[in-house]
Amino acid sequence: MPPPSAATKPLAGLRADFPILARERDGVPIAYLDSAATAQKPTAVIEAIDSYYRRSNANVHRGVYELSQEATDLFEGARARVAAFAGGETDTTIFTRNATEAINLVAYAWGQDNVGPGDEVLITHMEHHSNIVPWQLLCQRQGAKLRYLGVSDDGRLSLDELDAALAGGRVKLVSVAHVSNVLGTINPVAEIVRRAHAAGATTLIDGSQAMPQMPVDVGEIDSDFYAWTGHKALGPTGIGVLHGRREILEAMGPFLGGGDMIAAVGFDSSTWNDLPWKFEAGTSAIAEGVGLGVAIDYLAAIGMDAVRAHERDLTAYTLERLEDVEGLRAFGPIDPDLRGGVVSLELKGIHPHDLAEICDREHVCIRAGHHCAQPLMREMGVPATARASFHVYNTHDDVDRLIAALQTAREVFAL
Amino acid sequence: MDALYRDYILDHYKNPRNFGELEPHDREWLDHNPLCGDELGVHLIVDDAGTIVDLRFHGQGCAISQASASIASEELIGMRADEVAALGADWVIDLLGIDISPTRRKCALLSLKVMRGAVTGDASWPE
Repeated sequence: MPPPSAATKPLAGLRADFPILARERDGVPIAYLDSAATAQKPTAVIEAIDSYYRRSNANVHRGVYELSQEATDLFEGARARVAAFAGGETDTTIFTRNATEAINLVAYAWGQDNVGPGDEVLITHMEHHSNIVPWQLLCQRQGAKLRYLGVSDDGRLSLDELDAALAGGRVKLVSVAHVSNVLGTINPVAEIVRRAHAAGATTLIDGSQAMPQMPVDVGEIDSDFYAWTGHKALGPTGIGVLHGRREILEAMGPFLGGGDMIAAVGFDSSTWNDLPWKFEAGTSAIAEGVGLGVAIDYLAAIGMDAVRAHERDLTAYTLERLEDVEGLRAFGPIDPDLRGGVVSLELKGIHPHDLAEICDREHVCIRAGHHCAQPLMREMGVPATARASFHVYNTHDDVDRLIAALQTAREVFAL
Repeated sequence: MDALYRDYILDHYKNPRNFGELEPHDREWLDHNPLCGDELGVHLIVDDAGTIVDLRFHGQGCAISQASASIASEELIGMRADEVAALGADWVIDLLGIDISPTRRKCALLSLKVMRGAVTGDASWPE
């Protein structure tokens, strides 16, 4: 947690770093409140990708010529900085397409040798579909059982319920979101990992919503796997990250087969490349990796404590302003210290789709729907929610415009 | 007046006609709007001549999908099943009487999709 003084000071002046935010419609600037879906990109990232293709593009690894070496240095340099940013080690930091692919990598390459009939995989009701469906498929393939931890009315997990599930002795894997993309809940992942490990379970943390907006040290959390995605962290799409524990990654078989992941290929069998390339079959998303490196440089320059303080401030301000709209309520923890920069809303009498449509008329971008978390929606007793989420470029003005648009929606619906 | 959320649209949204369940019923169908997961179902009573003598929609949804079901329900009662099977997307869009953007098209068409499913078993989107 940042000190209280930092926790109330929002960032200012960063909007100009994001060229897309100059977009206007009928003279009205855009209020982009959907960063939990994907974040906008600073000029530095856009220019890095442009520059890579204009000046440095070649395939990486094994190139003898200077240009290939330059591309390799840019790509592997980005990996080293991404690893350091997350508190991981370079050779256990695997580039994937996104967090979904990172989780699927574990579900296939680790799951097939470590989860069998009668075993259990333990997840929670607040997971994104990306942290549900790969485990459903694994459990179906292996004859294992998928179990869920519940979510309390104020959007939190119960460590007692975790202990009770672990006490059965059959849980092989615990996989939990670091921050919920719907409720915003910041889960006590280090404690969850400690308890799971004590019970002999392997652990995966889905950090898609955490890494972009708060200080994260994967070494300190000590999970066996930590997955996240670049495009929510101001980077390009098509690049994600899996941090893994070295011994486990070394013991695992490969995920996809092909170029780059081999040491030597014979007619009948092959041997595998060293970490991390063993898990990176085929030509990587090189420009995207380079772009992600620049994105985390941008975040690191701001300082993740300051980013977290900014997200906390906008969340607290939004929760405070909800009272100005009759019938409006938020889901998830009430305490902004316990939540990341995402607020899911329900406005009595108006469906979230209609809210999002009316917000769009005011050039306010929010998301409406199930947010790829249908089991959670079912548990919350709503078909869908409207969701506002923040990043470093958002301001109180964006929140004020959201609140005004919600008030307009009530007028349109004659409530 | 709002161009999309017109008085009659809001009226059908807030007080949907022919909503609920019919027990017993002859045919039923349940489907989802893939955009948001909203669910819409229908129960039908069909006489020996193939005429829909009563129906009820049920489920949750946005103003467009609920109003579409409510307005369509008033036309669908009394139609023959083969007439319903022949209805296209334009029928329900015209019935709504508002401009539907591409992003809301499925909201508007869900009720006809569910209705055609109940009558023909065809789960495709109306064209």
